[in-house]
Amino acid sequence: MPEKPGAWLMGTAKHRAIDLIRRRQTLERKHEEIGRDIERAQESTDPDAAIDEHIGDDLLGLIFMACHPVLSKDARVALTLRVLGGLTTEEIARGFLVPVATIAQRIVRAKRTLTEAHIRFEVPRGAEREARLASVLEVIYLIFNEGYSATAGEDWVRPALCEDALRLGRILAELAPTEPEVHGLVALMEIQASRLRARLGPSGEPVLLLDQDRSRWDRLLIRRGLGALDRAERLAKAMGPYALQAAIAACHARSATAAETDWPRIVALYDAVAELAPSPVIELNRAVAVGMAFGPAAGLDLVDALVSAPSLKAYHLLPAVRGDLLRKLGRSAEARAEFERAASLTENVVERKLLQRRAAECGAEEMAG
Amino acid sequence: MRVLVLAKEDHQSEAAKPPTPETMAEFQKFNEELVKAGVVLGDGRLYPSSQAKRLRFDGKKRTVIDGPFAETKELVAGYWLWQVRSIDEALEWLKRAPFNAGTYEIRQIFEFEGM
Repeated sequence: MPEKPGAWLMGTAKHRAIDLIRRRQTLERKHEEIGRDIERAQESTDPDAAIDEHIGDDLLGLIFMACHPVLSKDARVALTLRVLGGLTTEEIARGFLVPVATIAQRIVRAKRTLTEAHIRFEVPRGAEREARLASVLEVIYLIFNEGYSATAGEDWVRPALCEDALRLGRILAELAPTEPEVHGLVALMEIQASRLRARLGPSGEPVLLLDQDRSRWDRLLIRRGLGALDRAERLAKAMGPYALQAAIAACHARSATAAETDWPRIVALYDAVAELAPSPVIELNRAVAVGMAFGPAAGLDLVDALVSAPSLKAYHLLPAVRGDLLRKLGRSAEARAEFERAASLTENVVERKLLQRRAAECGAEEMAG
Repeated sequence: MRVLVLAKEDHQSEAAKPPTPETMAEFQKFNEELVKAGVVLGDGRLYPSSQAKRLRFDGKKRTVIDGPFAETKELVAGYWLWQVRSIDEALEWLKRAPFNAGTYEIRQIFEFEGM
């Protein structure tokens, strides 16, 4: 037995944990800076018996800590990428197109907040666990989405962020294998990521789901995603919001052509999501599915009901969807105005060009009609 | 990025001798660590080249060559598909593998820019 079992355990734990998340510096720092508590907590533990269990719990505890609801969303994202993804402050700043100093400050503040709020380093149990897990999943999905459809900048996708999020999700699924929504989120990300290649045209322009060349979808990721969805379904009594969204993504993944898509099933799945996690964005997606399943007029009715939703006021996809439905109904002039509005609302350069092109096409249809 | 790790095991795999339980257990432990770190996307072990076929293209001509193949040192006996942040990370992982013979090759898979 070493002289200082606690320190020895931490040393060993550190080495093993490094193996797990591969970036030596990050983890040592993380243990020193954030996880000061664990050292104290582990002084009394029998090292031999505890190591294996603790490594997993250490990592899981860190994930829960970095995603603690006491932190703002931005802070959680930055801290998670820094501490668990092993990204440098510069890499995070580049990923989110903000100055390095901003990210550095976010991380410093986040750590201070955790200390001041006396957040304990632990894996929450019972009722608290669910809420805390929801926060973890939210952070991972936020990271994924920023990579999947960049909200700002010159690029339409930033695949590196998707990869970071996916990897965090996969690690989490290994650490918490009995949580259905973890598998649900992994399934959702795997299936969405399977389309990354097909989302970009030859000159980097965005290609929307129904226009994509499905032969370019990544079969391996689809297979992994369907596997994760299967695990989520088997573990859950009732599917959670992530598993449901993964099931929607799976509907697309299973259809060989866009025309074969089972839209009524997608509508039913959106109904279920809307019931569990009502949000105007989900309603908007549901409206798109309704438009495909039951005709553009039915979809437009639903979209029109959302126009007054305050949270969608600056959301460019609302006029984009509305424009699309109006166009299908032959109302080219109104459609053009909607696409122009959508173009003015997006911060993403590539997306703006796509929307402007749609507006121009509607303009041409107007002239012809 | 994704890398393909190609296992070139010299004569061992060609002899089609199953590994000892100890070797298997060690390997599985290592593989499990990789899975837990979110590294492994897929893997597979290949049958000996005595069961393999080669097809050579020469203009319109196709020539079938039956295994076994002679260049045992270069024959792929198995593969891993890994998700890593860099070749260096892959190398770090691979160095820790419990192998005591053979050559393992790390090749980055071509993906679209930034991937």
